[in-house]
Amino acid sequence: MDVLFDILGSANFWAAAIRIATPLIFGVLGALICERAGVLNLGIEGIFVAGAMAGWLAVYLGAGLWGGVLVAALAGALFGLLHAFLTVILGLSQHVSGIGITLLATSVSYFTYRTALPDVTSPPRIAAFQPLNIPGLSDLPFIGPALFQQTPLTFLALVFVVLVALVLYRTPLGLAIRAVGDNPASVEAQGLSVVGLRVGAVVVGSALMALGGAFLTMSAFDAFFFGMVNGRGWICIALVVFASWQPGKALLGALLFGAFDAFQIRLQAQIGQVVPGQVFLMLPYLLSIVALILVARRADYPRALLQPWTKGQRH
Amino acid sequence: MSLRLEPRDHASVGLKLTVSLAAGVIALLLVAIPVVAAGGTPLEAYWLMLQGAFGSMFALSETLNRATPLILTGLAAAVAFRAKLWNIGAEGQLYIGALAAVCVGSGLLQLPPALMIPTVMIAGFLAGGLMMVIPTIIKQRFGADEVVITLLLNFVVILFIQMLVEGVLKDPLSMGWPQSVPLIVEAKLPKLLPRLRMHWGLITGLVAALILWLMVRKTVLGFEIRAVGENKAAARFAGIPVDATMLKVALISGGLAGLAGVGEVAGVKGYLSADLSPGFGYSGIVVAMLAGLSPVGTVIAAVFVAAVFVGADSMSRATGISSYIADLVVALSLLCVLVGSFFLRFRVKFERRQVEA
Repeated sequence: MDVLFDILGSANFWAAAIRIATPLIFGVLGALICERAGVLNLGIEGIFVAGAMAGWLAVYLGAGLWGGVLVAALAGALFGLLHAFLTVILGLSQHVSGIGITLLATSVSYFTYRTALPDVTSPPRIAAFQPLNIPGLSDLPFIGPALFQQTPLTFLALVFVVLVALVLYRTPLGLAIRAVGDNPASVEAQGLSVVGLRVGAVVVGSALMALGGAFLTMSAFDAFFFGMVNGRGWICIALVVFASWQPGKALLGALLFGAFDAFQIRLQAQIGQVVPGQVFLMLPYLLSIVALILVARRADYPRALLQPWTKGQRH
Repeated sequence: MSLRLEPRDHASVGLKLTVSLAAGVIALLLVAIPVVAAGGTPLEAYWLMLQGAFGSMFALSETLNRATPLILTGLAAAVAFRAKLWNIGAEGQLYIGALAAVCVGSGLLQLPPALMIPTVMIAGFLAGGLMMVIPTIIKQRFGADEVVITLLLNFVVILFIQMLVEGVLKDPLSMGWPQSVPLIVEAKLPKLLPRLRMHWGLITGLVAALILWLMVRKTVLGFEIRAVGENKAAARFAGIPVDATMLKVALISGGLAGLAGVGEVAGVKGYLSADLSPGFGYSGIVVAMLAGLSPVGTVIAAVFVAAVFVGADSMSRATGISSYIADLVVALSLLCVLVGSFFLRFRVKFERRQVEA
């Protein structure tokens, strides 16, 4: 019990939880936008890799940190556009296309990294984002180091949660995106373009996913490693079901996950001699599976998810 | 001129073959771009790849050796995808099959090879099959999507294997390397030819393809799988036991992936380690799609994908172009064959625009 309170009582733990949650917030938001529009994007795992690599490489080549963020988002958008072309315009299998995008984005990233830096033995480093110092807030006792000493990308992720929620629930565009994933015929009856909305949603969603990857190489670490994404994308696909496709719950899900992961890392330090490290490393994946099973029955999938649409289609 | 799409109700074998061939060729042509970007000459790179994959008896053996697990994981994906069961977990099932082979075949049982080898294979098949039956039951009971669960299980399984080969299964004679105790000689798959790495796992793969081909064509189960894959509701209405059929598919699919793991342990390495498979499970998906989910096609597609990997390795050694070029070819062929499936579904017609009266 003491171990539990020691961990929960340290500001360090809460800061780590938020840090671990950040790429997931981007990823879940991205997946949520795609799926709300009716398109499953299993390209997410590869898009994470592409964002991580492209953003890092841009900074390494001198683009500046925000330039890197932009490059990462563009890389994600590009793969999103390819996924949208295959699944929305040609109406092909979203499962197969997504797996294909993941394989392609991953191999393009690895190939580019190896080709750009043929001779490196240890991964070169960049000057990554540093924690922001927010006057007044960052200096608060406990709360300051726990919540307000994060890098800019974390705050950007939180801004996106609010932004996505506002657009989805408070604008005509959001209404159209939600409708296009539930009942595309109604959208077409309004004179709106089902294809246009879906392509747009997948492109924007994929750009957000790539930012999740960029966070890894530009904030959490300062270098690119092979295999560094390590299933985070797939975890987002599970979390989006857990979050019932709602931005607020997506944030909550990512934070819970981050807290759990930060907790297991600290627990590992405490009792790691007794239990092999791999048991702790398995927990995040097992937790995602359990979360998925718990909510699956109640999950209110967007009704047109996975269904291609052809203009003028009737049911 | 305008473009019109006419749905096809049936795509001929010739058309399917053309689409798959074209996908492979286009993927190979497209990687000319990264080859040039990396400072290479495409024609030279292709030639070196071809040489590296088929240029000698040794090269051919390496290619077929690499194709062996891909045939099995390809069949695993093909049989599952036919029933619209999205098994993306072949990587994990492969490792669990390999684990079962080590558990049974490293001295626990002492049998002559004629009994030992089948025992190891059955153990690997059942263990791999179980790894797919569980997510399928979860899907049927709780409605949880098998795609995400099988994907996430891959990570769990690899960590589990790492834990075992650094722990209880660790070989005390391995000089500290994280690898399991070795298989006993009786459990190992014999080589096909002296001094070459090709082993009897290849024959297992070919027999499995043949059995699946017969099953799909001639048996009730084959018919049920097709019916369930085409329309679940209609199949249920027609009195086909949908859930039971899916469980059988899951067992076969996971089992085939498990056999791939048995082959790698008992035919190539001799022990289990956490780097046994460089993504054979994921490449199997590409193999199955390239094959149009046909069992016989899977064998050919597996040899193609294996040749790309082996050829690229050898080309990479000669030119310094990263061997990730092989992963690029494989990913691009998957996307190309997907685009090709569009032409299997629709007939594209160009026609003169009619003058409206």
